[in-house]
Formats: sequence, structure tokens, C-alpha cells
Amino acid sequence: MIPFNILVAVCLIYVILLFVIAFAAERRARLGRVGWLRSPMVYTLSLSIYCTAWTFYGAVGYAARSGLEFATIYLGPTIVFIGWWVVLRKLVRIGRAQRVTSIADLISSRFGKSNLLGVVVTVIAVVAATPYIALQLQSVTLSFGVFASGAPEGWALPEGNGTALWVAGGLAVFTILFGTRNLDANERHHGVVMAIAVEAVVKLLALLIVGVYAVWGVADGIGDVAARIAASPIADWPLQPGRWIGLTFLAGAAVLTLPRMFQVMVVENADERHLATASWAFPLYLMLMSLFVVPIAVIGLSVLPEGSNPDLFVLTLPLAAGQEKLATLAFLGGFSSATSMVIVAAIALATMVSNHVVTPLWLSLRQGGARAPGDVRGLVLMSRRLSIAGILALGYAYYSLSGGSAALAAIGLISFAGVAQILPVMLGGIFWRGATGRGAALGLTVGFVVWIYTLYLPSFGPGGLLSGALLDRGPFGFGWLRPQALFGIEGLDPLLHAVFWSLSLNTFTFVFVSLLSFPNPLERMQGLAFVNVYDHGPGPRGWSRGGAEAEDLLIMAQGILGAAEAQEFFQAEAAAQGKADFLPETTPDFIDKLERRLAGAVGAATAHAMIAQFAVGAAVSAQDLMAVASEAQQILEYSAQLEAKSEEVARTARQLSEANEKLRDLSVQKDAFLSQISHELRTPMTSIRAFSEILMDPDLPGEMQQKYAEIIHEETIRLTRLLDDLLDLSVLENRKVQLNIKVANLHDLLDRAVQAASNTRPERTFTYHRDLPTEHIPIITDTDRLVQVFINLISNARKYCDAERPELTILVRKRGGRITVDFIDNGSGIPKTAQRLIFEKFARLTDTQRAGGAGLGLAICREIMVNLGGTISYLPGQGGAAFRVALPSRPESRKEAEG
Amino acid sequence: MRSPRQPPFLARKTYRRRRMMDAARLLPLLGIFLFLLPILWQPRLTPEPDTVHGVVYLFGAWTVLVIAARVLARIVMTEPDEGGPDDRDEAG
Repeated sequence: MIPFNILVAVCLIYVILLFVIAFAAERRARLGRVGWLRSPMVYTLSLSIYCTAWTFYGAVGYAARSGLEFATIYLGPTIVFIGWWVVLRKLVRIGRAQRVTSIADLISSRFGKSNLLGVVVTVIAVVAATPYIALQLQSVTLSFGVFASGAPEGWALPEGNGTALWVAGGLAVFTILFGTRNLDANERHHGVVMAIAVEAVVKLLALLIVGVYAVWGVADGIGDVAARIAASPIADWPLQPGRWIGLTFLAGAAVLTLPRMFQVMVVENADERHLATASWAFPLYLMLMSLFVVPIAVIGLSVLPEGSNPDLFVLTLPLAAGQEKLATLAFLGGFSSATSMVIVAAIALATMVSNHVVTPLWLSLRQGGARAPGDVRGLVLMSRRLSIAGILALGYAYYSLSGGSAALAAIGLISFAGVAQILPVMLGGIFWRGATGRGAALGLTVGFVVWIYTLYLPSFGPGGLLSGALLDRGPFGFGWLRPQALFGIEGLDPLLHAVFWSLSLNTFTFVFVSLLSFPNPLERMQGLAFVNVYDHGPGPRGWSRGGAEAEDLLIMAQGILGAAEAQEFFQAEAAAQGKADFLPETTPDFIDKLERRLAGAVGAATAHAMIAQFAVGAAVSAQDLMAVASEAQQILEYSAQLEAKSEEVARTARQLSEANEKLRDLSVQKDAFLSQISHELRTPMTSIRAFSEILMDPDLPGEMQQKYAEIIHEETIRLTRLLDDLLDLSVLENRKVQLNIKVANLHDLLDRAVQAASNTRPERTFTYHRDLPTEHIPIITDTDRLVQVFINLISNARKYCDAERPELTILVRKRGGRITVDFIDNGSGIPKTAQRLIFEKFARLTDTQRAGGAGLGLAICREIMVNLGGTISYLPGQGGAAFRVALPSRPESRKEAEG
Repeated sequence: MRSPRQPPFLARKTYRRRRMMDAARLLPLLGIFLFLLPILWQPRLTPEPDTVHGVVYLFGAWTVLVIAARVLARIVMTEPDEGGPDDRDEAG
């Protein structure tokens, strides 16, 4: 017998292996080498979380009790997947177009980004998933128990609850570590997907090997198995048409609506074409998983002593034959089925809870709403972590309350029936434009309540949560309200009864209310976008006019997406509009894209609410509604083409006018430059002339001579410095500069710069915020020139930062081969109109005397950075003046560096 | 409908592809038909044991469907250049 410690060690090694795989996958993805991480096979394997411990252990138990009926659970999904062209393809297309984060988000987004619907779906999903998670904990505990009970030397199993608690805790840690590492814009978890793909292989292999062993090891091949089936208690096939149809339907509905399935199928989908592979490969996987179920059940029934739990045949069959290695493999298969399901379910549910319950609540409670600056990102991540812990705690609570006694299959089906309540609204939402949010909310609620009343509560048994009297005679003696015989229809199987009534009343309410109610404009437009998702023209827009300040939007986006992501997005959008800086024009298109991007992180409803605070009154105009109402698709298409063309023209015009404006500015500057330079040269010249004339006077006292000579000397130094700067600039501008390339540590360079800049306005106390560990990056460049840029930026901050307690934050980041260094002070920043000019020569924002320089500093910085193969730019929206220096960590090519 | 001036083999190709899309849409119906067929046998009422036959039949039907899905998926996905206009007609 395998000692308990070794079993635990095997589990731990397995989990560590998963950690390593998940970690390696995340690493690869971060380096941009997604490649096979996102292959159709990995996608298909990740779908296998449909097969939980319920499949692994429960299917055999189910087959041993009711024969072939177990197969319905896999036939339903098979039909859905071979019919991918009809439903799944549309779901995935919508999921990608709308950046849907969860099934609750899909429903909420379809019906006018209504958060109420998001909450309703979230509640249904959490309530329905709780028993399912409990089921996984139970099966792992049971399988530990199998090893314990057979132990001759009697190592005592820590009682069941203890095991379940350890499993739940461990899973929570794993899920939090890999499920909430980042608030990904499109909510993808490479590490987790890779880990569950590996688990899919483990559980399939384990079941197949146990099956092969059973058929050819225990029995005598296929003929013998057929004979054993014919002689077994399940030789006859007691097919009940109602249950056969009902269960197939229920399983098909569940594969579409289970939050964890939606997560891997739609949210984690990287390419629609993967669905084509999954359409046959996933049914194949299901078939292989079911292939040996009946043989194992029959052989178990014939070999094992009477009264053995059929739910554990997969384990007990090899154990009884003394095949310990095989039993351990089977144990690992069950363990991996349970863990992968719990991990993905917890991620999916936590996303829903945080996006639809916690974040909206927090935003509405906080004064100032989304406008107040703050770290929404941290909040969302934290709420997800807490939700994961909470969901596992719920599962554990259910497990310890229910005592974990019922047969595995029964609990799973209750869950299925719960999530199936979402099906009518989901299908209605993607195929019927007339479906309204009010109908959806009422339909879902009715279905949910009926499900709770007829199936969930009675599942605790008479005397559990419903009294036996109520079950027998109905509430207050109303016989027609008996939970298991609504409207006096008796004799139906309780599960079928519940599924039938909950889904029909749900669908009826949904359709009826939809027919009678009016949708609001946003709902109409989302309906159009969902139902007609295959039309390639630009979808209807939610925002007709911009009306928001780009800088405000950037500040908000940074709070959600993180500074680097948000800046990258804004810069890319600005570049697409033909603008060179960080802030794009707030066109309706741009706002729409931003909203979708935010929706990828916090869900459609929250993202819409946040954007609405900035673009108040600008949502949906009458024109947009006309566009929605118009059935003339061709006109729309034609106008879309025109729009694309006119957009192109507008972009060119914008570029031209920007260039023109810049030219005009430059010409003004050139004049200014000439007069400036004459002025700058003239002032010292004048004083030199004046004082030298005085010096010519032979009667001048000695100390006066000394003093005037000093003034002349100082003025010449100033002149020389000015001329040096000018020469430096012209050398740099003509790319004639000799770079002195060295290897250095960026941290040392920054230290040198801070040190050197400290004699600028030394009387001010100046606080630096630096993250020292991140600064240790090796860099190959002309270090002296780079330090010159740093010194310039730091002294500028020291000179111009007008805060009472000046502070400077230096942020270093490395992305691929590029290093960015941000210098952000807490002053009042640079006005928008001046932001474009500061890098020009003699551009000084304040008067000369205060600045004490010639206004060439930033111009020189810019030229240096160009020579180093990098850039320097002004970074808006950081709450002060902020400059970003970006450069490659090594010269791009030797030749370039020398030239 | 294609304009008559196009070479006939091109139109035929497109036509074939569209019918394959129809087939992809209809395949789940075939699946439902095959999987629900056992109900008509009423295995509960017949005296002889049927589980063995049931296993053979169900897994046979399953295999057929997997193969059919694979063939259709391949045909439907191999000509993405025609994807645009063909997708349109099912959207409404």
C-alpha cells in the first residue's frame, strides 16, 4: 500500500510541475513568443475542463447505476461543438469584437451595458457553481480516503474536512498566483491555459490506461467485456426517453453557459480558427474519455466486492489488483480533473464578482466617481483575489454542510440546471434584435427562483432547507405549489420537472416581456452590434461626439490599465491619427476604442459608466438612432466606405496642417532665434566693452581694476558657454558627433546625474523618488552624453518645479530591447500649447534671468537622444511636468553607432 | 447569385463552398437525429439485453460525427478569401 506521505508528496510534485509549466508559459508570453502556447490543440485541450472529477470518477459510478445514460452528459456538448458554425462561432466573434470578459459581461453588454443584468447573472453563476466546487473537493477527499482505508498498517487519514480544507486552500493560492497576476486588457491567462492543457492530457491518459488495463489486464479482451456486460446488472438499457432527451439538452446548454467553459471557449480564445479544430477534436476528446467508462463499470461490478462505491471504481479496480503505480496514476488523473476545474471556475467567477459587483459599488460609493484619480487597477486585482478566496470558501462550506454524501452525478446536474437558466437570454441576445434588457432580467429571475425552489432547496433532502411537510403538501397547503410537482403535475423525474418548468417559465417571461417593452437607445445599438456581428462595416458607435479632454481620459485609463499600457495605447492611437505626441484627438472612434479596451479589464458596464463621466451628454444622437433603425444596409456600407476615405483625407489634412503650423512656428522661431542670439551675444559684449573702457582709465584704483576684470572674465565665460552650446547643437544636428560607446549600469548613470544636478538651486530641498532595484540595468551607449541629458532634465526640474515641496520621481522600465526613463515632478506641468515647443531652440517658458540659461538645454537633449538612437518626449497626464527618455539598451548596429 | 460573365468553374467552387457551410449548419441536426434514434428502439421494452449494442451504436455514431465535423471544418476554413460576402447572408 502506498503510504500517505508518498501520496501527498506525489500531489505536491505534480502541483509544483504545474507551477513550473504555468510560469514558463507566462514568461514565454511576456517575451512575445506566444507561438504554440496559442495553438488549436492547446485551445481544444483547455476546453477539457468540461470533464471534471465528476467525469473522471462520477461517469463510471453513473454507468454502474444507470447504464448508458451517463453518455448524455457528453453527447450534448458533442452536438454543440459539431454545430460550431451556428452558435459558437458567433459567440466567439462577439466575444472578440466586444472584448467580453465573462458570461455576465456578455449578457450585460448585449442589453445596453446594464449592470443589473451583470449582477443577476453573477449571482446565478456563483450559486450554481458552489455545489460543483464542493463536488470537486469531495472527490479529491474521497480518493484520498480510498488509499487510507485499505492501508494495512493503518495510517490514519486526517479526517475528510481537513483534507478538503487543505485542497481548497492550495487551489486558492495557485489560482490567485496565476489568475490575478495582471489585469490583462483582454483577460487572457497564458500560464493557466497551458497548465490546464497539460492536466487535460494527464487525465485522459490516466483514464485510458486504467481502461486498457481493465479490458486487457483484468478481463480477457473485448469479447470477454461484451460477455460481462451482457451478464451484468446493467445488461439491459433502461432508456427513459424523457431523461435521455432532457439530459442531452441540459449538457448542451451547460457547455455554452457554464462560466468556466465560457472563459476558456470565448474569453481565452486567441483565434477564431481554433474553433474549427475544436469542433471535431473536442468531441473526439469527450468520446475517448467515455470510451472505457462502461467496461470499467462492468468489470468493477463483477470483480470488486458488493457494496463498493462505484464512484471510485477507477481507483479501487487497480488497487484491488495490487497495481499501485496504476492506482497512483488514476489518483493523479482525478486530482488534475478536480484542480483544473476549480482553478478556471474560480477565475471566471472572480472576474464576474469583481467587475459587476465590487468595482461598480466602489465607484458609486467613492466621491467624485471615476474622475478622482486613483488606482482602480489595484482595487480590481485585490477584489479578484478576495473573490477567489471567497468562492473556494463557499465551496468548502457547502461541502462540509452537505456532508458530501450524495452521489456525484446528482450534484453536478443541479449545477447544470442552474447555469442553463442563462441559455434563453444568451441565445435570444445573439439572434434576436427584439430581445430587451427588461425581458432578460425578468426571465433570468423567474428561471433562477423556480430552479432554487424546485431543485436546489429540495436537494438538501426533506427536513434540510425545506421541511418534509412543505415538500409533500406545498407551502400553506397549496398543493399545486409543491416544489416537485408544480401545477399538480406529478410523476415526473424531479430533475426533469425542475428543468422543464424553470426553463419554460424563464423563456416565456423573457419573450413576453421583450415583446411588450421598449429598449433604450444603447440597448438597440448593442443588439444590432451583437446580432449582426458578421457585418464588417464599422458598428454603430456609442459616442457621437467626443467632448472629453484627452488628458483626463489618459489619467483615468492609467488608473485601470496601468501607466505603461495606457500610454502605449494612447500613443498608438495618436500615431494612427497622424499625430506625433501622446494625446490623440478625442474622436468618437477613439472614445469607442478606449471604452472597449477598458471593458476588457473591468467589463462593459463599468467601462461605459466611467467614460460617460467624461463625455456627458455626448452619447447616442438622433442620427445614430436613424442609422440603427435603417434597414438599408447597403447605404450604410457605402457610407462606411466614404467615411473611411474621408477619414483618410482628414488624416492627411491633419498631418498637413500640423506640419504647416509647425513650419510657421519654426519660421517665427527662426526670426526669434536670430534676434535672441544677437541679444544673447550683445549683452555680454556690451558689458565687456563698457568695463574694458573703464579699465583703460589709468587712474582706476587697484581693487576696482580687479573687480571689473572679474566681470569681464565672467561675461567671456558666459559667451564661451553659449558658443559651445551652439557648436554642440550644430554638431549634433549634423550627425557629425563621435559617440564614445561604453558599458555602464543605468543606476550609476542616474546617480551621477543626480549628484551633478544638485548644485542647481542648491538652497531648495528636493525629494527624489527612485525604485533602486529596477534601475540596475546594463546599458551600452555613450554614457557621458546620456548623463548630460539626465542632468539637464533633473536640473530643469530643480529650476522650474513650482511645488512647495518639490519632488521628482524617476521611473525606469525595460521593454524588449528598449529602456525608458521617466522624470516626473510634482509641479504644475507645462501648458498644452507649450508642450510642442519646449524642444525647440531658445524656447524658454519663463524669463531668461530666472532660468539663467540660453534655452538650448532641451534642444540639445533631443539631438543627443536622436544620436543615441532614442527619443525624448513630453509625457502628459502625469500630474506634473514629465519627460520620457527612451533608448535602445545597446546600439542598434555597430555602423549606426559609429556614424 | 453570381454574374453570368464569371467563368463557370469559379461560380461552381463558391457554390460548393456555400453548400458545405449549409452542411456545417445542418450537422448538429444529424447529431441530434443519431443520438435520439435509440429512443425509437425502446430498449426498455424489448426482452433481450441491449447495452452492448447500445455501446457499439453510440460510439459508432460518435465516430461518424467526429469525422464529418473534421472534413467540414477543413473545407469551410480553407478558403478564407471568400469569407467576406458569404458571411453576410446569414447575419440577418
